[in-house]
Parts: sequence; C-alpha cells; structure tokens
Amino acid sequence: MTETITKKLTRKDFQSDQEVRWCPGCGDYAILAAVQKYMADTGTDPANTVFVSGIGCSSRFPYYMNTYGFHTIHGRAPAVATGVKTANPELDVWLVTGDGDALSIGGNHLAHILRRNLNVNILLFNNEIYGLTKGQYSPTSPVGTRKKSTPMGSIDRPFNPISFALGANATFAARTIDIDAKHMASIFAAAAAHKGTSFIEIMQNCVIFNKDFYNDTVSKPVRADMTVTLTPGEKVLYGKDKDKGLKITKDGVVKCSAEEADVWDPTNESAGAAFAYSYLDSQPDMPQPLGVFRAVESTIYEEGVNAQVEDAIAKKGAGELKDLVYAGERWKIG
Amino acid sequence: MTTTQPSGAELPLQQIDRVVIRFAGDSGDGMQITGNQFTLTSALVGNDLATLPDFPAEIRAPVGTRPGVSGFQIQFSSSDIHTPGDAPDVLIAMNPAALAVNIKDLKSGGTVVVNTGNFKDTDLKKAKCDTNPLEDGSLDGYRVIPIDINARVLEALADSELSTKDKARCKNFYTLGLMYWVYSRPLEPTMNWLADKFAKKPELVDANQTALQAGYNAGDIQELFQGQYSVPKTEELPAGEYRNIMGNQAVAMGLVAGAQLAHLKPVLGSYPITPASTILEELAAFKHYGVVTIQAEDEIAAICAAIGASFAGCLGITSTSGPGMALKGEAMGLAISTELPLVIVDIQRAGPSTGMPTKVEQSDLLMAVFGRNGDAPMPVIAISRPSDAFELTIEACRIAVQYMTPVILLSDNFIANGAEPWCLPDLSTFKDFPVTFTTEKEGHQTYQRNEIGSRPWVKPGTPGMEFRIGGLEKSTDGNISYDADNHQSMTEQRFQKVANVANSVPTPAIDGPDSGDLLVLGWGSTVGILTQGVIDARKDGANVSRIHLTHVWPLPNGLDEIFGRFKAILVPEMNMGQMTRLLRSELPSHNFISYPKVTGQPFLTTEIAGKIKDILKG
Ligand code: SF4
Repeated sequence: MTETITKKLTRKDFQSDQEVRWCPGCGDYAILAAVQKYMADTGTDPANTVFVSGIGCSSRFPYYMNTYGFHTIHGRAPAVATGVKTANPELDVWLVTGDGDALSIGGNHLAHILRRNLNVNILLFNNEIYGLTKGQYSPTSPVGTRKKSTPMGSIDRPFNPISFALGANATFAARTIDIDAKHMASIFAAAAAHKGTSFIEIMQNCVIFNKDFYNDTVSKPVRADMTVTLTPGEKVLYGKDKDKGLKITKDGVVKCSAEEADVWDPTNESAGAAFAYSYLDSQPDMPQPLGVFRAVESTIYEEGVNAQVEDAIAKKGAGELKDLVYAGERWKIG
Repeated sequence: MTTTQPSGAELPLQQIDRVVIRFAGDSGDGMQITGNQFTLTSALVGNDLATLPDFPAEIRAPVGTRPGVSGFQIQFSSSDIHTPGDAPDVLIAMNPAALAVNIKDLKSGGTVVVNTGNFKDTDLKKAKCDTNPLEDGSLDGYRVIPIDINARVLEALADSELSTKDKARCKNFYTLGLMYWVYSRPLEPTMNWLADKFAKKPELVDANQTALQAGYNAGDIQELFQGQYSVPKTEELPAGEYRNIMGNQAVAMGLVAGAQLAHLKPVLGSYPITPASTILEELAAFKHYGVVTIQAEDEIAAICAAIGASFAGCLGITSTSGPGMALKGEAMGLAISTELPLVIVDIQRAGPSTGMPTKVEQSDLLMAVFGRNGDAPMPVIAISRPSDAFELTIEACRIAVQYMTPVILLSDNFIANGAEPWCLPDLSTFKDFPVTFTTEKEGHQTYQRNEIGSRPWVKPGTPGMEFRIGGLEKSTDGNISYDADNHQSMTEQRFQKVANVANSVPTPAIDGPDSGDLLVLGWGSTVGILTQGVIDARKDGANVSRIHLTHVWPLPNGLDEIFGRFKAILVPEMNMGQMTRLLRSELPSHNFISYPKVTGQPFLTTEIAGKIKDILKG
C-alpha cells in the first residue's frame, strides 16, 4: 500500500455493487458483514486486498467485496492464492472456502498451503454440508448423517478442520461462529496480527440443508456449558459461572476444578496441547473449543522464495538476455 | 595433466562427410554423459550435428538387463544435416544387453566396438543371450572390434588409489577417448569438463582424464581400427556464433526472454514429471533473471499457482507432460474464462496414461487444441527442434500477453533431450512487447475488447480499479451473467479472439515447388526427418514439396490456397493421425494422406522417402 488512507472507512466501502444472493437467513451474511466491518474498522486498503475463493456457497464471497477478487475452481483456491501471494507479497490475501471445497476436493492444497506457511488468511465456512449442490453430506458431517446421497446415514468418519490444520503444521488455527460478530472480529484481529497462514474455521449455519446443526453447542441456552473459549494467558474455564476447568493429562483433556485448569498458551512450540483440545468435542459431554488453538512464528514461504531471487541477483548481478543466450561453450562459423 | 596426442602418422587419415555413432551400455555406465561429451566436442570442432538420447524410464533397471540399456546416438557432419541418422555406422556396446538391443539397427558392414570384459557367462545370462554373440556368428557381416575395456581401464589406473569399483566406473571415458582418436577429435574440451565437474574430487578428475587419454592412446598404439577419420568442420551452416542446445534448455531460456520482452516477472508453477522436469530445474537456476519458481504439490496446484501469478500481474507459466496436461484441464478453462495470460509447456511423451515416459510421441495435439470442458479455445504452438525452441517460446509469451490468453507450447521428448548447434540470434532484432496495465477507471470494463479482441489487464494493488473475476460466465463488465444471449456472445468473442491470432503469424513457406503432386506436411519434431526424407526422395526423382507448421492452432492463414495447388498432402506424425483429423475438419476439400507412427521412436528418413515414392508411384 502506497498512499495513506485519510478518510474514515465504513462497511459500505467494502460492499461491491453486486446483489448478495445467499439464501435468506444464511450464516454467510453475518460473516460477510463481520469481515467488511473488520476491514473498515482497521482501515484496510481495498485496492491492496485480494479475496480468493474456490467453489461453493461461501466461495461467492469475493463478488460481494469491493476489493480485488478471484473466484477460482473447486478446491484450488489455496494453490491460486499461493501464486498470487508469491508473485506479489505486498498484497493482503484472504481465502474463502467451505468444508467441501477445503477438506474434500481441495484437501491436498489446504494441507500444502498450511505447510508452506504463506502469509495469508483462510476463512473456512464449516456448515457440515454441501449447500450449492443441494444438500449432500460433507467431509465434516458426523457419522450417520442422513441426506440425499446417504439415505441410510453416512459411514465415513469426519475431518475435524482444526485437527486437520494442526496436522498440516499450521502456524495459526482458530475457530469462531457466525452468530458471534464480536468473537469473529477478535479472531480476525488475531489472524491479522499473525505472520504466516492464519487458518480460521467459522461454524456457519446453512439454513436450507443443515439448519441449526450447531444448536447443541452454540445456541444461547447451552453455549456456556457446551463451548469453551481458549484465551491466551487465561485459564481454560467454561460454564455460566466459569467454574468448570479443563486440563491435559496423559489420558488427554479431562475436566477439573477451576484452580487446576490449564493456562492457555497457543504460542507453545509443540502443537500437542492444541491438538488434544481440537478434538475435545468428539468426546461425549465435552465442550466445543472456540478461539485461538495455535499461533507460532515460522518461516514464510513467499518471503523465502523472493529472498532467494534477491540473493541470486545480489550475488550474480541482474541477469541480462545476452548473458543467458551467449553462454556456455561457443564457436564461430564463417 | 597434459594431453599428449600420439601421432597417427603411420595410419591413414581419411576424410569423410558424416558419421552416425551410437553409444550403448547399461544405464549405470554413463552413456548419456559419454554421448553429451562427444556432442560438445564435435560442436566445438565445427560439425553440424543432431542427437537422439534413448534411455530407460527406470533410474536403475537391474544391471546388465535389456530394459536397463541406455543409448545415445549422434550424427555429426561436415555438411548440413537434419537428423540424428537412421542407422549407426558405429555401435559401441558396453555389454551383451546393449549389443542385443542395438545390433539390429547397425548399418550392414558397420563397425561394432564390443567391451569383451562384460561378456562372461553371468553377463550373457542377465542379457538373456543363450549363446555368446561374439562366438555364435550373429555378428557376421559387421566389423567387430573386441576390446576388454574393463581390463584396459584397470591397467591404465594401476597407480590410482581409487577402489577397483571406482576405477571400473571410468570405462566410459576410456571408450570416449577411443572414439576421439578414431574421429581425430581433441581431448581438451572433455579434459576441461572433467576438471570442472569433479573439481572437489581431484582423484576422480585424474582417474577419468587418465582413462580418456588411455583410450585415445589405445586407438593409436594398438591398431584396433584401420585408421583415423576426420570429419571437417561444416561450411554449410550459416555464418554466426554457435552453441550447442537441448530443447528443454532452450524453452527455459525462451521463457526468461519472453517475460523480459513483455516486461513481466516470470512465475513458474510446476510439478516434476518426465520429460519436463528439466525446465523447472533450469528455471530454478535462473533466479538472478528474476525468475520465481514454485514446485507445487501437484499438477493442478502448479497451473493454479501460475494462474494466480498472472492474476497478480506476472507472467504465469506451467510446464508438464501429457498426464499433467490431463490434470490441468479444468484450470486451463479458468484461464480461458478469466482471460489471463499463461504459458503451458507440454513436453509430449508416449501415452495413454503413464505410457512410455521416456519415449517420443506427438499424441497430445488434439487434447491441446480441444481437450477441455465447454467451448474452450486456446492457441497452440509447436516447437520443431532445439534450435527454434527459444524463438517459439518467446512467440508463445507474446501471444499470451497480447491476446490475454493461455497458450499451449508443445514440445516432445525428442526435442527436449536432443541437442544440435544453435546459431545464436542477434538479440537486438527481438522486438519487445511490453504489457501496459490499465490504471484508468474512465470508460474501463473488465472484458472490454480492443481491435484484436483482447481485454485490458488490471494489476491488483491499483487504487480504484478493484475487480472480481472468476470461472462463471460473465458479461463485459465482469459481473456474473447467465443471460442466454450474453453466453452466446461471450463464447463467440473468445473464439474470435483466438482465431485472430492467425492474423499475427506468417503463412509457412513451402520447401520445393509451390504446386505439384505431393506436399509433405509436418509439425513438431519431425522437421529434420521430413526435410531429409524429402531431399532423399528428390534424389530419386520424386517431385515433392514440404511445409512445416509451428502455429498449429489456430491454423495459419493461406493453407487452403497452398493445399489447393497439390494433388495430395502427406501428413506423417507420431500419433494415430491427429493433425490429419484437424486438417480434414478445418480444410475439408483436400486429399490428406495420414502416415502415423507410434513406436516411441522417431521416423526414419528411409521410411519417409519410401512413403513419398510409393505415393507418387500411385
Ligand atoms: S444453501 Fe445453505 S450455505 Fe448455501 S446459501 Fe443457502 S443457506 Fe447458505
């Protein structure tokens, strides 16, 4: 970004002229609003921002942002974003994807962008269903999900997006929910502060094909008991009165008293604790963790790639065509 | 060490015009290095030459077996030549398997140098030889020169401290030295190469140089051969400065040059695949030219990263071979739909599926032209030889950025690994084609077309120009549109744009009379063989002309008119007739005769000349 933005930005500055066409009530609206508000609040330069998406309901996102946008092909947004960011590291690159796009058809690319650790932000809208193709189970749907393609219930075990990301050595992994704008904003801010690939799973309501799938954990009456927010430097507590604690033992994460609870540190070099907490909700009666699981520093792919180019130029001098062609053993005829 | 060149005065020195040698041995015997060194030295003495490496797909097939045989053929000449030669004059067989696989190709009466040190019973068994070809009469009719190269190398290296195994590995340089003597080539280039190559291991420099010299001396002292030959430097090549060049090397250089002429940063996304990997490797070594290389997790990611780079305002490039092309299809459609420049290099190999990764074929043509979902037109350019790869690669870059389109650049295994002298171009004659990014909002639309049908290119980061593009159908303003008339119109516009490319390429020249009974049409790496085949047929009285296509899609203008002047058009190609089908559908009023060959080996000039004569005989 070269010029300083003086005028105060509003959400409107990030709204494109395109009519938003998600189903009424879809969780995507809230996420779009939260992203636009976050960008306005932080004075993001729309001209320097690129949204890259794959295919799916969520992937229409770039069309609604008044930034640069690239709606690509199914599953490949991480690969396209790798090219965009490596070609021009100055750009602020955001990826928008869904559970099918990122974890089924694009699982390979997601793993590799996380491994390479490009300095981009990934928003994975997880609604545990295929929306755009009209309601088939997805790689995050629980076993037994009965949908049109699984009339007797799905058989395959689901991916946990956070566990997946940590398994791919993600340097930043966080989970938030579409119904909590404040929490989303805090996670976006943490992601922006992180240098490297910031992976954010956003639990998102598909009101048409998987309505309120997350109500057992995040709806008002149960949320305090069925979620736990991981806050750096604070004890891992949950419950209405924050009186229930969690701690890691050799048997995994167990319930404990508030005094005994772990103090959350996402900057721990080892991803062990983050991993243990990531699949907490797969155990009965355990809360679903939200917040930042991991935030560690590591080398950034596009910086390394471009530094090698600069090093080579510094060592050998900027190559000229003449030296390229008129090289090696040569001889003259005539 | 110093190189002493013993005088061969008592032996006659005969001058000959051209020689074809084939080095054949186990894939661990260093035959490719031997061949490349012979090539380099022959180039430096001023011969015209062409090479044909032929190696197994396996890195190390079991030692001594027929599938493990690696070969390298070179034709070098004091006159202008076009092919690596049909049949070798001299075969060097380092073991029974190499002999068994290659002897059928040797010219009758040709010379075969045999390393008898590798003809023990166990060696014969590995090569599945029931009898010893050195004794069973199967080599009658050839001039056999038996040498126990294994033993001679160990003798020559008696003073070396290397292990016996390491000493034995020097036998290819002994063999090379022997051939240098026979064809009176200087040792210096290889001596220098060895000194450079093993600079960190002086004992290897010493041993290999000693072996090279010993081989050279053996030719002189032992009177193995009937004399020495000289193949003087050619006077027929155009005057100029030359270097030896291999196809993939030239493509890599052309990509750097093309990007520089477009004033863009080149960004390659690639995934290793035979025989394209060396393009990735070469470009990775050109970092000081500002080249960015991304070795992606798969073929799809490779092209997607390249497309992302083009979106960001760089020249996106991806390189692959057939199986990778199949995987990239959907992403090619994205580049076509978003109208972003992209260069897709396809080094064709024998298919389908994994096929024969190290063997040559031209069978990706129709996939290149049509192989995508939807109506997805894209220009396709075919390299003909290592020495035109540089300029045609630049041409692909030019078309990509001027027409805002992906372009497929077809090469093949024969060009990729084959070498020939390259008359270095005068770089000052290359016109640049700088990209101007649009920065003005006034009157701008994302898919607004200029006079050649191309759209403006806006670089993300430009204030006030924010746009969204994608693979969904769009209207001229870039917004999604499923409107029926719009889709008809946008599809037609994309077609017209690619068709317009033909207006920027020359009509190919005809070699020979511009009308007659037969026109031979080629494309890609058959150029040298077709040229020679036509020359040979003419010597036998055939009235035949030849034309060669480099721009295979869209077809250049003027072909209809040219074809109309010939009774028949013979189309030899290394596939089941793909160009013939293309021509029959585009220019249906002519008589095309398909001549397919899919053995994984190039045509022989005798096959071409024979076919021409057969057709003309009627
Ligand atoms: S199908 Fe579901 S995810 Fe898609 S737009 Fe409708 S509610 Fe949202």
